[in-house]
Amino acid sequence: MAFLEVKDLKVHFPIKGGILNRTIDHVRAVDGVTFEVEQGKTYGLVGESGSGKTTTGRAVIGLNHVTSGKVFYEGTDITKKQSKTKALRKDIQMIFQDPYSSLNPRKRVLDVIAEPLRNFEKLSKQEEKKRVQELLELVGLSPEAIVKYPHEFSGGQRQRIGVARAIALRPKLIIADEPVSALDVSVQAQVLNFMQDIQQELGLTYLFISHDLGIVKHMCDDIAIMYRGRYVEQGTRDDIFNNPQHIYTKRLVSAIPDINPRNREKQFHFREEVQREFEHSYDDYFDNEGLAYGLQPISGSHYVALPEKG
Amino acid sequence: MWKFIVRRLIITFPQLVVLSVLVFLAAQFMPGDALTGSIGNPNITAEQLEQRREALGLNDPWYVRYGDWVSGVVQGDLGESYRFKMPVTELIGQRIVNSFWLSVVTLIFTYIIAVPLGILSGRYNDSLLDQSITGYTYVGFATPLFIFALVMLWIFGYQFGWFPTNGSVEPGLTPGTFDYVLSKLYHLILPGISMALIATVNTVQYLRSEIIDTKQRDFIITARAKGAPESRVYNRHILRNSLLPIAAFFGFEITGLIGGTIFVETIFSYPGMGQLFLESVTLRDFSTLVSVVLLFGVTAIGGALLSDIILSLVDPRIRIK
Amino acid sequence: MSEELLEVKNLKTSFRIGEEHYAAVDDVTLTLNKNEVLGIVGESGSGKSAFAFSLMGLHNRAKIEGNINFKGENIANTAPGKLNKLRGDDMAMIFQDPLTALNPLMEVGDQIAETLILHRSDMSQKDRKARVIELLNMVGIPYPEHVYGQFPHELSGGMRQRVVIAIAIANKPELLIADEPTTALDVTIQAQILDLIRNLKNDMNSGIILITHDLGVIAEMADRVAVMYAGQIVEVSDVHTLFENPLHPYTRSLLNSVPNAEGGQDKLHVIQGIVPSLKKLPREGCRFASRIPWVDASAHEENPVMHEIAPGHFVRCTCHSQFYFPDESKEVQSNGVSGS
Repeated sequence: MAFLEVKDLKVHFPIKGGILNRTIDHVRAVDGVTFEVEQGKTYGLVGESGSGKTTTGRAVIGLNHVTSGKVFYEGTDITKKQSKTKALRKDIQMIFQDPYSSLNPRKRVLDVIAEPLRNFEKLSKQEEKKRVQELLELVGLSPEAIVKYPHEFSGGQRQRIGVARAIALRPKLIIADEPVSALDVSVQAQVLNFMQDIQQELGLTYLFISHDLGIVKHMCDDIAIMYRGRYVEQGTRDDIFNNPQHIYTKRLVSAIPDINPRNREKQFHFREEVQREFEHSYDDYFDNEGLAYGLQPISGSHYVALPEKG
Repeated sequence: MWKFIVRRLIITFPQLVVLSVLVFLAAQFMPGDALTGSIGNPNITAEQLEQRREALGLNDPWYVRYGDWVSGVVQGDLGESYRFKMPVTELIGQRIVNSFWLSVVTLIFTYIIAVPLGILSGRYNDSLLDQSITGYTYVGFATPLFIFALVMLWIFGYQFGWFPTNGSVEPGLTPGTFDYVLSKLYHLILPGISMALIATVNTVQYLRSEIIDTKQRDFIITARAKGAPESRVYNRHILRNSLLPIAAFFGFEITGLIGGTIFVETIFSYPGMGQLFLESVTLRDFSTLVSVVLLFGVTAIGGALLSDIILSLVDPRIRIK
Repeated sequence: MSEELLEVKNLKTSFRIGEEHYAAVDDVTLTLNKNEVLGIVGESGSGKSAFAFSLMGLHNRAKIEGNINFKGENIANTAPGKLNKLRGDDMAMIFQDPLTALNPLMEVGDQIAETLILHRSDMSQKDRKARVIELLNMVGIPYPEHVYGQFPHELSGGMRQRVVIAIAIANKPELLIADEPTTALDVTIQAQILDLIRNLKNDMNSGIILITHDLGVIAEMADRVAVMYAGQIVEVSDVHTLFENPLHPYTRSLLNSVPNAEGGQDKLHVIQGIVPSLKKLPREGCRFASRIPWVDASAHEENPVMHEIAPGHFVRCTCHSQFYFPDESKEVQSNGVSGS
C-alpha cells in the first residue's frame, strides 16, 4: 500500500458559452493522472503554465472538485466526502505560492499560525502560545514575532510563517505549490534548505509542484512531467535528467539556461537539435489532438508517454 | 459581442417581470381600489358596490388581476387616475416628454462640467487646481439637491430674475413654433444646471480616479519609452482608456436622474414625472403612483442595460468574445 | 576594436520619501559597447530596475545626478523633447510583464506603428503597415496580418512579449534595455525569447543591457556582467571570469545559493539577513558587511571603491580578500535557518 496513491485522476472544468450560457465543453485540466508517492520522499510535479500541475495538487487536498478517479491516502479513498475525517484534514497541509497574499494581513502571526490549532486541538491560551513559539523557532524566526503582523516580515520570512502554519498540526503530507517562485534566489535557498530540514526532522512527505527544473532537481526524488493535463514522463531524478525519453521532457530540459557560460554554444546546439527532433517526430509523441499518449514502462521506475506498439 | 448583447437582453426580461410583480403587489397593499375614488353617489349600498367590484373583476385572485393589469399595461392602458379624472396614460404622456428633455439637458450639462474638471483634476492630481476641484466635489456630495435647487431658484429665478420660476413653457405660445421651442429650452436651463452641478460630482470623481489609475499603468511607461510626448501619452493612452468606463457609466447616470427629477421638478414646479410622482403620493392617487413607479423601474433597468451594451461596444475585451 | 556606445558615470538616482531623498542607484559607473550584452544581476531591491529606468529617463519624480553619455552626449536630466527624440528610436526598452506593458484597448499593430509614427513621420501609412508586418515576422509571430488587428488579451504571454520586442526594435535602436524580459514566461518560451533577442542583436549591432535576477540567463546571454547590491555595483567582469573566479562575497554567495540542473542535492548557501529596504540601506562603509558578520571588520574599506583586480575585472571593497564561507570545505553554509 502506497502512502499516497492517485489513480486516473481527472479534473474537468466546464466552459460556458452560447446565448444561454450553457456548458458547451470542458477544459480537461487534469486528464487521467496516476502516480504513487512513498512516505518520506519528495515527489516533484513539473510543467509549464496550463499543464495542470497545480490543479492536481489542489485536487489531492480537496480544493478542486475531482471529476473522476481516486486519491488514496494510506489506503483510504479521500475523494469521498465521508472519508474526509478530521484526522485526515490534519495530516495533509498545503504551502501556497505567494507569501504576500496567502497570509491575512489583519491577523497577528500568533493568530495566523494558531488558526489550524484552534480548529483541531483544544489548547489553553498558554499552551497555544507555547506551541506557536516553538513552531516559530523551528522555522527560524524569533518567538517574539507572535505579536507582529505579516507586513512586518520579508518575503522569505512570510513564507516561513506559511510553512509554520502548515506544519502546526504535525502533518504527514505537505503539498507545496511553487513555494519559492515569488522569492529572491538567496531567500529561495533559505526556504528550500528549511523544507529539507523539517522533512528529516518530522518525516514529512512532499508533493512538490514547480515550473523550475533546477529547484525540482535539487529537491525531488521522483519527478513527473506534465503537459496539458497529462503525464508525459515519470521517473527518478536520474531517469528524467540523465535519460529523458519524451520529446517534451527533452525540450524542457534543453530550455533551462546552463549556469556555465562556456557551455553556451553546446546548449544552443542541443536546443536546436531537440527543436528539430520536436518538429520532425511530433506525431510519434502526441496524438492528433496534440495530447500525450498513455504511459509505457521502459524500466522499473521510468515511464514515458508513447503510443502503444503495433 | 452580439451574443453578449442578446444574452443581456434576455436577462432583462425576467427583471421586468419581477419589477412588474413587485409594483403590482405593492399596489394591492395600498388602501382602497379603483372604485373607492369613483364613488360619486354617497347613497350607494355595499351590495351594489360589491356587484360592481365583481363585474370589474376586482374580486378575482391576484394573479388573474395581475394578468389583466399586465395585458392592459402592454397595450398602453395604465388605468384611470381618480384624482385627475383622466386616463393615466394620457396624464403621463405630457409629463414624460418634459422629463425626457429635462434629463437630456441635465446630462449634457453633467458631461460639460465633468469631463474637463475630471481630466484637469486627474492629470494634475495633488496640485492646487486638483484640490479646488476635489473640494467642489466634496461640497457637491455633501449638499442636498433640494436645498441647492431652492437656493438656485431663489438667486437666479427670484433675485436676478434671469430664469422662469415655474412651468415648462410660457403660456399662450403655439406648440411647434420657434418661440415655443425656445421658451421650452429657457425653462429647462435652471433646473438642468441645478441638477447637473450636484449630479456631476460623481462623474468628476470617477473620471479623476480613473485617470490617476491609468496614469500609473505599465503601458503608459511603454508609451513614454516609445518617445511619445506627454500630450500624446495623455490623449492616446490615458484619456482613451479612462473615458471608456465613463461611457459605460452613462446608463447608470440616467438611473441616478430619477431621484433628482423628483426634487427638482417639484421645486421648479416643472410638470414632469418627478413632480407627478410626488403629487400622486400626496394626493393618494395610487393608480398613477403605481404607473410612475413602474416607469421609473423600467428606466432603471433600461439604464443598466444601456451601460452594459455601451461597454460591450467600446471594450475590445468584451467585444471580441 | 569595440566602439563605446554608452558611458554611465557616477549615476545617482534618488527618490523622495517624506522629507528626505534616498538613493536607489548610488554611484554607478559603467560602459557599454556596440554589439555587446551587458548583464546586470541582482535581487529585488538592488536598484537594477531603477538604473534601467534612469537610463531611459522614465522616472517621474526622481533626482538624477551624474552623467549618462549616450553617443557622446550627456542625456541625464535632458529636456523631455530631446529625450523623446532618442527614446523609441536610438534607445528602446523591453519590459518584464508583457500583459501590462501593452495598452489593452489598442490593436497590437497600432501599438507597434505608434513608434514609427513618432520617429518616421515621413513614412506613408502603407509603408508603415508593411513595416509593422515585417517586424511581426521578425519576432516570429505567425499570421502577422491577422495578429496586427488583435488585442493583447487575445495573444499568449510569449506572443505578447514578442509584440513588446517588436515595439522596441521598430526603429533599430542602438541601445536596447531589457528589464527582466523573460521572468514572466515559461522556460521553453524563455529560451525562444532569449534566442530572439540574441539574433536581433547580431542583426542590428545594438548594445544590450540585460537586467535579470536569473544567473542562468546571464550565463547564457551576457558578454560582461555587473553585479548590483543595495544600489551599487559590487563587481564587474567578463562573463567567464564572473562564473569561474567570482570575488565579491555577494557574487560568491549568490552563485552558491542557486539550485541548478547541474547541481547535486547539497545544502544551498543562505545569505544571512535580508536585503535592506531603500530607507534602511547602509550609506557608509561596505554595504554587504552586515550580511557577512563573521568576516573581520578590518577587512572592509572605510569608503569602499572599485578596485581593478585584473584587466576589466573590478570589485568593490577589500573584504573579498579575507572572505570565506563559514564551512569552507563545501563552500556551503550548513545552518540554513539562521538567517532571519
